[in-house]
Amino acid sequence: MKTIAAIVAVVSKDVRSELRTRYALNALLMFVLIAVATILFALRDDHLSSDVLAGMFWVVIFFTAMSGLSRIFVSEEERGTTFTLQLVATPSVVYWGKLFFNAGLTLLLTGAVAILYIVVFPAFVVQSPSIFIVTLLLGDLGFAASATILAAIIAKAHSKGTLYPVLSFPVLIPLLMTVMQSTAKALDGENISDAFGDFQILIAYLLIMAGGSYLLFDYVWKD
Amino acid sequence: MKTVSIDAKNISKDFNRRSIFHDISFEVSSPASLAITGKNGAGKSTLSKILAGLLTPTKGSVEYGIDGKTIFSGEFRHVIGFVSPYLNLYDEFTALENLHFLSRIRSNTIDRQRIQELLMLVDLWHRRDDHVGTFSSGMKQRLKYAFALLHRPNVLLLDEPTSNLDDDGVEIVKQIVQEQKKQDLLIIATNDAAEANWCDREIKVGMDRGEKQ
Repeated sequence: MKTIAAIVAVVSKDVRSELRTRYALNALLMFVLIAVATILFALRDDHLSSDVLAGMFWVVIFFTAMSGLSRIFVSEEERGTTFTLQLVATPSVVYWGKLFFNAGLTLLLTGAVAILYIVVFPAFVVQSPSIFIVTLLLGDLGFAASATILAAIIAKAHSKGTLYPVLSFPVLIPLLMTVMQSTAKALDGENISDAFGDFQILIAYLLIMAGGSYLLFDYVWKD
Repeated sequence: MKTVSIDAKNISKDFNRRSIFHDISFEVSSPASLAITGKNGAGKSTLSKILAGLLTPTKGSVEYGIDGKTIFSGEFRHVIGFVSPYLNLYDEFTALENLHFLSRIRSNTIDRQRIQELLMLVDLWHRRDDHVGTFSSGMKQRLKYAFALLHRPNVLLLDEPTSNLDDDGVEIVKQIVQEQKKQDLLIIATNDAAEANWCDREIKVGMDRGEKQ
């Protein structure tokens, strides 16, 4: 119970901090608007296949997330508050707190991108909402699990901005391929049972990344 | 009253293959006070971070004990208070919010009376609702003392204890130091001879190190 309360306290600190500083939120929202607007200007009148639409959807999420999710640890490092946090919390409390915060932020980001796509792209019609929602949920959680541990690793490096997407891309390839495939199925209106295989891969990815990161975090976080 | 001890055995620290210090050993248990001195770059701050459990030594080990029982460094954070130039509080929160959040993360409780007591001790009670980002460096240093003392630590570790403080601030630190060394453990990392004299023992880090009683 004490650990859960401490994790909640870390999340609530980060939410309050984010609302005050807008370290990640502003970067994420601006990137979403610019990316979606650029795609809209370029492709509005084209008739795109569901595969291409799904790919474009996740490309925006990938690059937007890369511009904002690393802030969770980079901002602690830049402000010199890492030691403060290390003194008051165990590594596992920090890891789960940061993971839940990043998961919330990714869900918010994905929700915003999905709404924008549905509104501005006439071809982006979700015919199977159940596949779409499960894909977004599992995809976002897997995304957050990878992004959090990679953010902790790159926070200690000098060239943080470049390193983050470069390190993240190979780690996220299995996830991106699966969510794009599953999103295309949602746009094509396939039956939910057709996407079970994709969901199994996403669940396995989430468990492996979250479990592996939890075990590794002690070494990354300390020095 | 808890008896706490720190037993540093042959500790060395390297950064990028450069040796900061090597083979430092000492043992100290409460009530006691210990000064870590040495020239700039000798590794005083690094040693204090290792003692606080924030860095791992390249070689050697640090054993922590409470009432004669050896404990893990992770548990030791419950009894340690640390003031250091490398340890900052959150600029976007007020003084009060900082202490509330950090209390909740550390122990799930907020002792409002203790927080008020400490903010009054460091003379920041009247600025409790101001964002730390608007504080001067001296006021931030005072707030670090309130944070360090919040959980009534048995070990108080001070790295450059009076940096940025005015005369009144230095007096407050002297009062805290006197109180701490009566029953508990006080460790000060400094290159100021006056601050080192507040302690009963001294350890020198660096090439010409030695220990004097």
